[in-house]
Amino acid sequence: MKILNLAVTGAALMLLAACAPSTAPTATGGDEKSGTLRVWLFDEPNRAPKEKVVKEAIAEFTAANAGTSVEVTYIPTTPARHERFKGAFNDPASAPDVAEYGNTDLAEYAAAGGFADLGPDLANWSERGDISADLFQSATVDGKLYGVPWFIGIRSLYYRTDVFKELKLDPPKSIADLTKAARTIREKKPDLYGIAVGGEYTFGALPFVWDAGGDIEKLNSPESRKGVQAYTDLLSDDVCPPQACASLTGGKTVELFASGKAAMGILGNFNRSAVDAGAAAGKYEVMPLPGAEPGSVAPAFAGGNNLGVMKSSKHRSLAVKFLQLLSGKSYQLKMYEAMGNLPTLSTAREELAAKDPFLKPFLDTVAAGTEFVPIDPAWVKIDNQKVIPTMLQKIATKQSSVEEATEEAATAVNAAFGRS
Amino acid sequence: MTHTPAAPLAGRVRHARPRATRRGRGRPLLYLLPAAAVLVPLFGYPIYMLGLLSVFDYRQAQVSGGEPTRFIGLGNYATLFGDERFWSILLQTLVFAVALVVVTLAVGATLAVVLTRAGRWPRLLLSLAAMAAWAAPAMTGSTVWMFLFDADLGLVNQVLGLDGFNWFYDKWVAFGVIGATVVWHSFPLVMVTLYAGIQAIPHSVREAAWLDGASEWQSFWRIILPILRPLVTIVVIQSIIWDFKIFTQIYVMTNGGGIALQNSVLNVYAYQTAFGSSEYGLGSAIGVVMTLILLVITMFYIRALYRTGERL
Repeated sequence: MKILNLAVTGAALMLLAACAPSTAPTATGGDEKSGTLRVWLFDEPNRAPKEKVVKEAIAEFTAANAGTSVEVTYIPTTPARHERFKGAFNDPASAPDVAEYGNTDLAEYAAAGGFADLGPDLANWSERGDISADLFQSATVDGKLYGVPWFIGIRSLYYRTDVFKELKLDPPKSIADLTKAARTIREKKPDLYGIAVGGEYTFGALPFVWDAGGDIEKLNSPESRKGVQAYTDLLSDDVCPPQACASLTGGKTVELFASGKAAMGILGNFNRSAVDAGAAAGKYEVMPLPGAEPGSVAPAFAGGNNLGVMKSSKHRSLAVKFLQLLSGKSYQLKMYEAMGNLPTLSTAREELAAKDPFLKPFLDTVAAGTEFVPIDPAWVKIDNQKVIPTMLQKIATKQSSVEEATEEAATAVNAAFGRS
Repeated sequence: MTHTPAAPLAGRVRHARPRATRRGRGRPLLYLLPAAAVLVPLFGYPIYMLGLLSVFDYRQAQVSGGEPTRFIGLGNYATLFGDERFWSILLQTLVFAVALVVVTLAVGATLAVVLTRAGRWPRLLLSLAAMAAWAAPAMTGSTVWMFLFDADLGLVNQVLGLDGFNWFYDKWVAFGVIGATVVWHSFPLVMVTLYAGIQAIPHSVREAAWLDGASEWQSFWRIILPILRPLVTIVVIQSIIWDFKIFTQIYVMTNGGGIALQNSVLNVYAYQTAFGSSEYGLGSAIGVVMTLILLVITMFYIRALYRTGERL
């Protein structure tokens, strides 16, 4: 029995010793000049062209840096990405050296202390001046630069020229025009959705809110409500029936437009290849999403991805070198050709605009001014708790009025920011 | 503790075991040691950590060491109990679990009786089908059911000619489809358990009932069920625990809770709070509440086991 008592006492002591939840060991990186560089890039619905460009970059990199190899892992862009990144922060042994991440996730990752401040590393980078300060802002938290903006994605209004011509409609000049056109199309062609909008399509809805003068942090303001009303008006039986559209994500609206089931859609420049592969190919045009004022442009969300270096990286300067190579002009241009990713380097964008008229509406949208989600860990919470989709869906399914739903969403947003 | 000459447990006395010697009284504990060696690290430690985390302000920043961990006592529980959504989801979880238990039992029991009546081949086929459903991982099963009920391409809509009907739009219709999936996953256990129980009923008893002119329906309710009562109790409680903890089917089929999160249940809510929003402390508090609820149910389970004669 002595043994048992000892064991019990020992176990009790161990429990006591473990009295506070543990935290990850503070990762200290290194600067080895050879070895394997681990890189995480996002998976894409159509990954082959991206993979090809990346392979090219790796070949160039390993040729220039003897004794190195690069191992690329493609990670999903689903919410599971958060788990992957958190896992990497908590366990440096399984972390990559270089990682691509969505700029909306930046604040959370910065708060977790996972990425390295690249300010000093990039001070002498020749192409640094070619990226606008606005864009660098989307990689900066509290004055620290956590990566290089790799590409941006801008959403504009895609519309079917054949349908518009047949019904003698003009491209919409304002949100009111757009709503009217969408209703007309649905009425005359009941098998088409006037415009593909989705209850889970946050970045499709936000331009309406921003255009009305609203803000994510004040969803219950009269301006925000006006915007929410304008968007949810489209989630109705005479445009995009809630039965089908309330649960749609942005990706699904792309599918709807591409497969020819919707006459309009709020799609990104990065969706071009998907649309060209569908039934709508060759029968569409793109224009900036109009605002409420006739002739105005609704502010688009300046989404995009950054490339960063992990704090725990054992190959700091190699990682920075690889990052500079991938985000340099030649590979930004190649990535545009492969994936339609809009370069962050101004000269690269100008070059492309001159060559490819498809880009004009997107660049016009950028020129009209873009908006961004709050650079705060709270945004990830708001996003994960589906605050905005829940708000839109409650209105679309008539479970709540615009006032109730926006009030509720505003409360949730405040809670996420920690101000109750 | 074992050194004090404690009074023997009341239950033991009643069974009139041979009087334990001083040495022998420690022996049961010794026999428990191997089980404890497995259970303490595998169950005790996680539950201990769960309880511990639930009284701390513990978020992603604390995990990766960016901010200090702060003891906040019952703060997480206060937040939780003050959240209207928690209560509505708790109620929804309970109602859904009860409905699932009833349906699972009805389907399982019916098929168990069918199994005893069926010929060799139908019995084999039914068993195989049930085993396949049982063996299917929840993830795969849910995905297949989701495809079956897809609005545009689903087999169900094509067969019924309901093109474009969204099964996951209405809250209760969605719960119905999810419930069907859950029942499909869980009825085989009930069926097999009850089938084994029915097989163990002496043939003479059923023959006597038959000779007395009892119908199938009567002999089920009057003969089989009373004899199987202990078994049914265990199956019921197991189903309650099982259905209360349902997660995969809802998470997969409704993309994390459905339209305006109308189909969320406690486990999904805990997951979204703990991992989605990185509120590990608050998520743990939900976990503790769930554990406590299940503990109460388990106590009934243990009592039921005890009554069947499986001595503990």
